[in-house]
Amino acid sequence: MSLRTLVALVALALTCVLLALSPSVAARDLPADSLYRFDAALTDQDGTALRFAGGQGEPRLVSMFYANCPFMCPLLIDTIRRSERELTAAERTRLKILLVSFDARNDTPAALRALADQRQLDTPRWTLARAEAADVRSIAALLDIPFRELQDGHFSHAGVMVLLDGAGRAVARSDRMGKLDADFIAALRQVLGAPTGTQ
Amino acid sequence: MRAAMLPLTLARWLCGITATIAMAGAIAAPAYQAIPATGFVSVLATEKDAAPVSLAAFAMREEPVTNAEFLAFVAAHPQWRRDAVPTVFTDARYLAHWSAPEQLGAAALPDQPVTQVSWFAARAYCESEQARLPTWLEWERTAAASADTDDARGDPAWRRKLLDWYAQPSSRGLGSIGGEANLYGVRDLHALVWEWVDDYSALIVAPDSRDQGDPDRMKFCGEAALSLRDRDNYALLMRVAMLSSLKAANTTVNLGFRCARDLP
Repeated sequence: MSLRTLVALVALALTCVLLALSPSVAARDLPADSLYRFDAALTDQDGTALRFAGGQGEPRLVSMFYANCPFMCPLLIDTIRRSERELTAAERTRLKILLVSFDARNDTPAALRALADQRQLDTPRWTLARAEAADVRSIAALLDIPFRELQDGHFSHAGVMVLLDGAGRAVARSDRMGKLDADFIAALRQVLGAPTGTQ
Repeated sequence: MRAAMLPLTLARWLCGITATIAMAGAIAAPAYQAIPATGFVSVLATEKDAAPVSLAAFAMREEPVTNAEFLAFVAAHPQWRRDAVPTVFTDARYLAHWSAPEQLGAAALPDQPVTQVSWFAARAYCESEQARLPTWLEWERTAAASADTDDARGDPAWRRKLLDWYAQPSSRGLGSIGGEANLYGVRDLHALVWEWVDDYSALIVAPDSRDQGDPDRMKFCGEAALSLRDRDNYALLMRVAMLSSLKAANTTVNLGFRCARDLP
């Protein structure tokens, strides 16, 4: 086999692998309003690769934050914790939480792990994840969480929790930070009580 | 040599769609103009004595994307047809002025800028052109140039010209591309359509609103606009306010886009 043949075969294989991995193929069976119609590569606090659309099949609370965040993000984590304390232990066990960082530059897996340890987050039920900057914009747009990077490296952003059902539809959202949102907790209960493929 | 040709031919055949798209892109390569690096004070800067932000050189698409160009994109990427696109990416008005999913018709001329496209669709188009949406700062910096100066924002005649366009009733209908080039050879930044930028959301941020520090005021608020620099620059502020009011799946009859590229 000539070198040229080998190069051609490798190129063909790569092209077809990329085609097979493209989100539009995987997304075919999802509802039209599913956020998992979009997919992106994420990396969690342990350096493990995962997919944004990989949450299919179980409910997931999704929000965005960054590790070097002085006020809103600690409050966001507190609010999620207070909300999940309202659930039964069985419900809580089934609730997955994904927090995607705004800060693609600084939030390495090590930085995410440090935050998870500092806040004693229940990983891997809680996942802190980073994405590439272009994907951060898409995820924020899908979740409808406005944000802006400031000149000093901080991020101005809204504190919002979004609840996705197993099909990736946004079934509830709350921007009430530091307080319990009864409607949001009711939605959590409802989604966690519904039968899913994982039970 | 012969033996090497067969797998190559097979590869082209098997992944023919990809090849066709790549070739179509090569034939109708749109013009991009280099925009030199600069220090720039945005209308968004909140402090009166804000220091210029350094902005790297980049390339801006000479014209907004037209109906004809977007039609070719939809034909090559059928997942972006108006009858196929998931509702999570666009609202119901997406390309609704076209006569059919792959036909422009009388209400959408080929050399008019494409409008009624969402941010997600605009981004996907730019990716297909090996490009991206410009940031607001890149757009504003390019649009600050008149035909003969790189920053005409302080020129009263320039401001009046911009305001004249904003005063036109939108019922006059959309013009076509081919307007006057600015200093960098970029056209139709002002007088045709609004344009998506990559960071369209949260453009309006009060100086003390980092992290929305006050727990009783968690949301972005309109009064922040009052702290914007250079309040006389209504034309730009209208654009900022319009973009900030959008969600990524929204489309409007006056909102199109152009793409940008990093320079090596």
